[in-house]
Order: sequence, then structure tokens, then C-alpha cells
Amino acid sequence: MNNWLRHHWQSFGLTLRRLARNPVATLLNVTVIGVALALPLGGYMLLQNLGRVAGQLPGNPHVSLFLARDAGKNDIAALEASLKQIPGVRALRFISREQALEGLKRSENLSDVIAALQTNPLPDAFVLETVGGVAEMEKLEGQLRALPKVAHVQLDSAWVQRLDALLKLGRTAVLILATLLACGLVAVTFNTIRLQILTQKDEIEVSKLIGATDAFIRRPFFHLGLVQGVLGGVAALGIVYVCMHILNRSILGLAQLYGSDFRLSFFDLPDCLALLTFAAVLGWLGAYMSVSRHLAGIEPR
Amino acid sequence: MISFSQVRKSYRGGYEALCELSFSIDTGELVFITGRSGAGKSTLLKLIPAIERPTSGTVLVNGQNIGSMRRAAIPYLRRNLGLIFQDQKLLYDRSVFDNVMLPLAFTGHAHKDAARRARAALDKVGLLAREKANPITLSGGEQQRLCIARAVVNRPSILLADEPTASLDSASAAEVVEMFRSFNQVGVTVLIATHDDALIQRLNPRVLALNQGRLAS
Repeated sequence: MNNWLRHHWQSFGLTLRRLARNPVATLLNVTVIGVALALPLGGYMLLQNLGRVAGQLPGNPHVSLFLARDAGKNDIAALEASLKQIPGVRALRFISREQALEGLKRSENLSDVIAALQTNPLPDAFVLETVGGVAEMEKLEGQLRALPKVAHVQLDSAWVQRLDALLKLGRTAVLILATLLACGLVAVTFNTIRLQILTQKDEIEVSKLIGATDAFIRRPFFHLGLVQGVLGGVAALGIVYVCMHILNRSILGLAQLYGSDFRLSFFDLPDCLALLTFAAVLGWLGAYMSVSRHLAGIEPR
Repeated sequence: MISFSQVRKSYRGGYEALCELSFSIDTGELVFITGRSGAGKSTLLKLIPAIERPTSGTVLVNGQNIGSMRRAAIPYLRRNLGLIFQDQKLLYDRSVFDNVMLPLAFTGHAHKDAARRARAALDKVGLLAREKANPITLSGGEQQRLCIARAVVNRPSILLADEPTASLDSASAAEVVEMFRSFNQVGVTVLIATHDDALIQRLNPRVLALNQGRLAS
């Protein structure tokens, strides 16, 4: 066991020294892997942030219930009582036509228009907070329409659904991209290891002649693939981090216009570690395929 | 220790390198294999570390049958053999010392112990002073001695050398042969393939003369 660990340790040290001896080649390989990983990773980060925004919206969308113009105080009280009986309604808020007009007057662009009006054209309204999914919402809509003195029912859930569908589409796109580029990463490692095997052809042949086991000969190449994958993963995280900061500078200005303090946020530690593990596994896989393919060809004559 | 019985080795295309070869070598013997180029000397030596497998017949090394040996067992067979190749197979990307360290990398020696052994082997062939040099800077005789150091660093029980003096001047060749004899004197079985008659006359060893893949009487 000790021996086995020492072999691994020695081989690992050898791998690092080899990488350090060819800094340009190492840097290029790491960059290729880093860029390949950064593309889906950046997409994933944007989606994660969009999802976060969508998550901040009230999960159970509101329903606006506009009353008929001729609804009196008694009608409103009766309606409120019957609304409270409906199981899908969690909370409700009454907005009288006067309150609605006040609200409009406060918005700068409309105050002149409102002042010119002689009568209040707005209806009384209820804003309902509801529970339940899309199907329940539609059923509820019909139920609300049937109530007396209800002129119009408006669900504001439609655009949330659209955003959800868009996010789902985005996730699928990122997944496809990630799969393709993961294959690319394996291919890059495959080729790097192939070149490394060719460079060390003499050493491999001599090692086989003087009694090195296949496991011993393979080990440094596995380590090379692994280390290269991890370095590529670190490069990808770096690239995405820098891009995020550049984007945030523009986003901050845009968000301020909308009175929001939204900005992109980076992955948390478990996500970063997961990515590095993933990159390491891909590097190892590329090395494994390359070693299986090329090492058997080097037999002493 | 090493025994060949009815060994035949033919290559694709029908070329027969060895034919009905039978002999045996005891522990501690010093044996020369002679014959002209193409007589089968190298092929014979390659059968012992399982670089080549016999087409038919049996090759036994330390009681192990080379013909039926599993691939995974070959490295362990080779660790007990010291091989000195015609083309030397030194690694020019590392120092003399690291060349000798190579066989110790996978036998589980601690680094300190391995380094001590490597220096002892280099000392035995008179190259201790050159341990930091690159093998390319060594003379032909020194390179051959480095090969010997690498072959003996694992303290093998059998030494196999293919034309070890072919590219050496007579003084260097004499040195190299003297080394083989000293290893033989401490009990190592030594097999040397050569066509250098002067060498054989000086040592008067047992000779296996090959002629077109057969033992000449």
C-alpha cells in the first residue's frame, strides 16, 4: 500500500515537472480546454442568474379581478365574502377606483392626462394571491368569471410561464453545448497524451524491457490527463469570472435605470469543485482512451 | 536455469531463425553464443526475456515456461534478468545516474536505498565520477559500461549481452569482458552473443556455436 502510494506520488511529481518543463505547450493545452469549458460554463452561469431572478418573483401569480362599473358597496362586500370561500384564493386585496386613480396620478407621465379627465374611468378591483399550478389557475379563472359583477379577469401568470419555458430551452442548449465540448476536451487530451507517448517512446520501450509493469508505465499519462483537465477547469472558471465582472459593469448601469440592484453572481464553492471534478474525469478519460490505444503499439523488438 | 528443448522460431514469410534448438545452461555458467550475422544469436537471446516467443518447443527460465507465460507476468521475469542490448537503448534526456535509477523506479525501493544501489553499480563499472553527465557525452566504452551498470543494478541472477564489444576498441572490449567475468565469479549466469573470436580465445568459456539457426557441433 505504501509502495503503491509512493509510486503515485512519484509519478505525480514527474508529471508536474514535465508540464513545467514545457510551459508554452502546457499553457496552450490548458487554454484550449479552458475556453472549451468556459462556453457552457458561462451559459450555465447566466441561466443560474436568470433563474434566480425568476425565483424572486412571486411563485404563485396574481389574478386581477376588475368589477363592473355599476357595482355598489354591497356588491363589493358580497363579492369579497364569496371570494374568501374559493379554495384557490390565499389572500386578497381590494383596490378601489379612487386608490387606483391616485396611483396613476403619482406616475409622472400620466398625471397630466389624468388631470384632464372629468370622471374616473377606472373600475374597482380585487388583486388575488392564488395557489396552484397552471391547470388550477385556468379552472379558477372560469370560476371567477361566473361571479356576479365581475367584468374582467386577468391572469398575470402567462409571462412567468414563458420565462420558465425560455429558461428550460436555455438549459437544454447549455447541456447540448456542454456535451459537445466535453467530447472536445476528451479529444484534446487524447491527442496530447498521444504526442506525449510518442515523445517518450524510447523510455517506454526501455522501461518495458527492464521489467516495468503496464500499470507503472500508464500511471504518469493518467496523471497528465488528470492534471491537464483540472488546470483547464481552473482556466475556465477564471475566464468566466473575468467575463462576469466585465458584464456586471454594464449590467449595473442598466439595473439602476430599473431601480434594481441586480448583478450576476459567481458559482458557489460546491459548483466550482463539481466542475473541477468533472474536468478531471474528462481528462482522465481522454488519457485512458489514448493510453489504451497507443501504448500497446510500443513493444520492444 | 535456462533450458531450450526443440525450440523453433520462425517469422512471418517463412524465415526460420532458430530450428530444433536444444541445450541447457546451469546456474553460474559463463556461455558464449557465436555465429555469423543472421545465425540466430539475437533471436536466441530475445527468447529468454520473452521479447520473442518460441513458435514451437519449450524455453524454460528459472522453471518458468516462456512460451505460455501470461503477458502480465513478463515484467517480473525481466526484473530477474540483466539485459545489455546491441543498440544500448540509453535514455539521452537524463543523466547517467538517472539512467541507472530507472530499473529501481518500479521495484519498490525507497529513494535513498535506490540511490545507494545505483551509485554502487556505477562504481562497479567505473563511472561514479560521471554520474551527472549526459550519456551522449560518454565514449563508446563508457556507454557500454553504463548499460552494464543499468543491467546489474537490480542484482539479476542472469545477464544477457548481445554483441557487447561490437563497437569497441580492443582495450575497451577487454575491460567490458573483464566485468562480465567478475560478475560471473560472484555467481551470476552470463550469456554473451558475439562474433569476436579474440574474446573467446582469451576466456576459454563454453561456446554455443550457431549456424543458420542450428547448433553446430
